[in-house]
Amino acid sequence: MRRTFTKALLASSIAIGLGLGVAGFAHAQAEVKIGVIYPLTGPGAAVGAELRSALELAVDIINNGAPGIAELPFSAGKGLPNLKGAKIKLVFADHQANPQTGATEAERLITQEKVVAIVGAYNSAVTATASQVAERAGIPFLNPESSSASLTARGFKWFFRTTPHDDLFVHNAFEFLKELEAKRGIKPGVVVTLNENGLWGTETTKLQAKLAPEYKLNLVKQVVYPAKTTQLTSEVQTLKAAAPNLVLQSSYTADAILSMKTYKELGFSPDMILANNAGFTDTDFIKTLGKDAEYVITREVWALDLASSNPLIKQVNDLFNSRYKINFTGNSSRTFTGLMVIADAINRAGSTEPEAVRKALAATDLPGSKLIMPWKGVKFDATGQNTLGQGILVQIVDGKYNTVWPFAMAAREVVWPMPKWDQRK
Amino acid sequence: MTAEILLQTLASGVLIGLIYALVAIGLTMIFGVMDIVNFAHGEFLMLGMYSAFWLFALYALDPLLTLPLTVLMLFAFGMLLYKLVIKRIVAAPMLSQIFTTFGLMILLRGVAQFLWKPDFRSIENSWVAGSVKLAGIQLGKPQLVAGVGAVVITAVIHAFLTRTRLGAALEATAADKEAAQLMGIDSHRMFSLAWGIGAACAGAAGVLLATFFPIFPEVGANFILIAFVVVNLGGFGSVTGAFWAGILVGVIEVMGGLLLGPQYKTAVVLVLFLAVLMFRPQGLMGKA
Repeated sequence: MRRTFTKALLASSIAIGLGLGVAGFAHAQAEVKIGVIYPLTGPGAAVGAELRSALELAVDIINNGAPGIAELPFSAGKGLPNLKGAKIKLVFADHQANPQTGATEAERLITQEKVVAIVGAYNSAVTATASQVAERAGIPFLNPESSSASLTARGFKWFFRTTPHDDLFVHNAFEFLKELEAKRGIKPGVVVTLNENGLWGTETTKLQAKLAPEYKLNLVKQVVYPAKTTQLTSEVQTLKAAAPNLVLQSSYTADAILSMKTYKELGFSPDMILANNAGFTDTDFIKTLGKDAEYVITREVWALDLASSNPLIKQVNDLFNSRYKINFTGNSSRTFTGLMVIADAINRAGSTEPEAVRKALAATDLPGSKLIMPWKGVKFDATGQNTLGQGILVQIVDGKYNTVWPFAMAAREVVWPMPKWDQRK
Repeated sequence: MTAEILLQTLASGVLIGLIYALVAIGLTMIFGVMDIVNFAHGEFLMLGMYSAFWLFALYALDPLLTLPLTVLMLFAFGMLLYKLVIKRIVAAPMLSQIFTTFGLMILLRGVAQFLWKPDFRSIENSWVAGSVKLAGIQLGKPQLVAGVGAVVITAVIHAFLTRTRLGAALEATAADKEAAQLMGIDSHRMFSLAWGIGAACAGAAGVLLATFFPIFPEVGANFILIAFVVVNLGGFGSVTGAFWAGILVGVIEVMGGLLLGPQYKTAVVLVLFLAVLMFRPQGLMGKA
């Protein structure tokens, strides 16, 4: 009895050993699976489609090369050199902007697809649940574009975020106002905020309330609204009643468009709308609103005109544009960068073993010159937050986003105030 | 808070309420005639919007011009959907019916996204762009035209139901299916008519909305919840009920938002909805 047991044990361990060996061999030769989890259908699908293109471009560069862009990591196209040229294979998962679906899909990627790491998930609320699953399973989760500050305040060990977070972005807006007053003598005047009432909008609302007195801003009213709304009449009327000079706004795409149309319809003309990215930087925002989108300033994480200070941006964007007929946006450029960062870590780890990849991620030190972002680089702190990222502000003039802040990177001067609706051509 | 702002908000509420009414009328009609809850109703609205958009984008035809065409297309689509899908579940348990229309909702959204991409579209420079000043208040022309259009369409449907033999047959089927059948009314024909009209109403609402609301595959989701509230409030199956309830919900939503704070606007509507369910479950104009 005992002997047969030992035999069986021996046989099975040999079998497992062989199996592992074969699996390891196959891995090194063939591919490294990275799970990517994004809103491919549902309300966030428009963004999801762009992010998918960015991911596919990144993987294609790593696997097949991008001649002429020597500065970009992996542009030689030999896969991951330290893993014997292993190719990267993306496994897509669709979370439909639903936190629960996000968690289930992360589970599936880890247990069934056996991915080495997960990259995702755009919507902060989904990133929160999906990364929790990864944390439990001990799989690195790299988040390129969710900006909710709380994500890196959870004490997670396997969570890394390359983008700057909302707190920093909101700070950026206040910094900008301060510098604008110092440089051009423009005072912001009476300030109101209009934010969607999800996690992001609510956190932003709180932070704005906290920062306003610190920056000596006259914040008189804070309005929140549900993003999936059919009308914004009462919101805009409430804002109008406060007679503000400046509106600080955080909206997703459909509601950003709806708000601009309602401003125009009701003749609401503040001096400036200083928006907080998201809907205001969606490719569809200018396309849909046309001239009515003009003069809005929005914080951004990326702009094409940054190419003047970083040629890499133009080169990679040209590649993207020739393939997908669209330019990078703040979202897709960050997602692209996220995939490059995880590829860099896996390569440095020289292994697909989770702990090795995690350690390599934690030791990441990429200079700004190797990125297509206006960042000083990528370097994570103990919470997994990239400490070298920063935001920019862009203003829509002539149907384009123009970098206007930081003033050192500005492509043009700020137009302030924006003309009233009835004085526009 | 000036009288002007109140008046302005009231007017905006009435105008959006008329759109809610038009969406809800189609929904209430399908329910009234055959007791099926159509979860895919918001998607009819979405199809109406896309129809207006593509006719505008490809042939430069103004949405107002193509409204009859879209209405006809949606009418045919509604009837076709009945013949192909709904007919099979008329006698099925309620749960199957719910899953069927819910599945249709997901299918139609998916197809729209596949065919037309998830982008946000809009119709620029239609005939009705801009706004007018009336008695000191500013009203968007698209909203105004949409409101008038909704009133006209509701009136037509009302006339159809009360003045024509076919309409009377539809009402009879809604009142008592078996009795109507005994009187020689083909209930399947009536059901398919109800789906046709229901889809056409939502399609019309879509076209009218398309001149001022962004167009995207998920747009139905923004309207369907409110449409259900309106249907319930007006009384299941009551067209006039849905009309008045639509306006009421629109006004309460914006006025509640203005007076209590915008963060409460949905809550106010839903509280009213709960109150009606508790004290008058048949709805404002429904039959007990």
